[in-house]
Amino acid sequence: MDIFAGHPWYMYFGAMILKVLAAFVFVLLTVAYATYAERKIIGWMQVRIGPNRTGPMGLLQPIADGIKLFFKEEIIPAEASKFAFVLAPLIALVPAFISFAVIPFGDSIEIAGYKIPLQIAAFADQAGTVFDLNIGVLYILAMASLGVYGIVLAGWSSNSKYSLLGGLRASAQMISYELSAGLAIVCVFMVSQSLSLQAIVADQGGLLGWYIFRNPFMFVAGIIFFICSLAEINRTPFDLPEAETELVSGFCTEYSSMKYAMFFMAEYANMVTVCAVTTTLFLGGWHGPLPPVLNFIAKVYALMFVCMWIRATYPRYRYDQLMKLGWKVFIPITLCLIMGNAIWVTYIAPMFNFAK
Amino acid sequence: MIAPLIKGLQITFGHLFKKAVTLQYPEEKPNVAPNFRGLHTLKVSHDKAKCVACYLCPTVCPAKCITVEAGEDANHDKFAAVYEIDMLRCIFCGYCVEACPVDAIGMTQNFELANYKRTDFVFSKERLLEKR
Repeated sequence: MDIFAGHPWYMYFGAMILKVLAAFVFVLLTVAYATYAERKIIGWMQVRIGPNRTGPMGLLQPIADGIKLFFKEEIIPAEASKFAFVLAPLIALVPAFISFAVIPFGDSIEIAGYKIPLQIAAFADQAGTVFDLNIGVLYILAMASLGVYGIVLAGWSSNSKYSLLGGLRASAQMISYELSAGLAIVCVFMVSQSLSLQAIVADQGGLLGWYIFRNPFMFVAGIIFFICSLAEINRTPFDLPEAETELVSGFCTEYSSMKYAMFFMAEYANMVTVCAVTTTLFLGGWHGPLPPVLNFIAKVYALMFVCMWIRATYPRYRYDQLMKLGWKVFIPITLCLIMGNAIWVTYIAPMFNFAK
Repeated sequence: MIAPLIKGLQITFGHLFKKAVTLQYPEEKPNVAPNFRGLHTLKVSHDKAKCVACYLCPTVCPAKCITVEAGEDANHDKFAAVYEIDMLRCIFCGYCVEACPVDAIGMTQNFELANYKRTDFVFSKERLLEKR
């Protein structure tokens, strides 16, 4: 494996830096304007207008919000555990962004004979074979679980009852839903027979090739994975760690200024990542009628619209309902899906000559 | 169990395309009801206020916000030399309008009474006089 593929070293590093910058800027801009889009869409769904005062159609609203939060006073509670209190927003934010490293956001492109796969953690060798992180999905699962440490730490270090309850809820919720999300992904592995996201996307060419349309079990698995992802990133209707009505603001009650903004950036970055992961695992990644990168972006944005749509529709689950849904509904269903999918892949698909 | 959830999504999606009911307030004004009880006005007839300073309005006023001082004009007629309404105390009940025997006081549809100084909320006779 020659990572430079016979080209000068600066081609490799240049391409890497460009990919990182492109993906990072894309996620940051999406995060900023997701807040705006969310307020607008929820506004429209509630027969309101939404923000429209800052700039044309309120388009400068995210920037105004950012500046406001940036200039606010930074308050650290006297009884807080200071180191953990400062560290927590970072721990929440970083995993949200670095999960994007393994997501293929486009087909490979060639610049001056140097093949660049549009995925940050990937390169092509001299023969044009693309190598990426071959345990990409596990990496995403690991990063997704890391994010919750930020929330738990924030809840504990604030030394406030509301924050602590928010943090506890976040960890309990994470453990419950990580299981069924993981089990739903097992269905993907059965079909793809690979953990590399590059291979998973390559296997999903054509509309019927999308994993969600492969067989009925995959369809349900895709929907359950998306719902569990919503629960993992604390989006409504599973936003119990924040639960304004019960816990003031949950784990970020004691936070202010940039640290508070970082929690919100993390939340929205997580949303982008989760939508990107769902797109990659179930909705065919960058495959589709448009140019590859645009396909990917369109699918991610469509899923983000669904997130906002769900937020505008459903009230928050009660805590026991949340646990019941996770443990008594989703886990049995996903276990059945795994069995059904296994039977489909080994017996039914070969019998009728379906694609796996 | 799933059907109501989907129905909920349908309803919110339907609302996405409805026209917003928002009133863009400073630019768009609301349609105030004809009998709205807003800022008071002293009605004018023959180029002078109709008020005869009978003191019925300060008597009936439950908030005691009206101050009237009678005066005598050249024709030896009684008139309100001072007529002040303290809008910070006024509760806009409209009893003064009901009590007035000569229909000298009325209420307009003006509800934008915000001001910067407390003293500005005491409306003098000049500010209350009906604009023609």
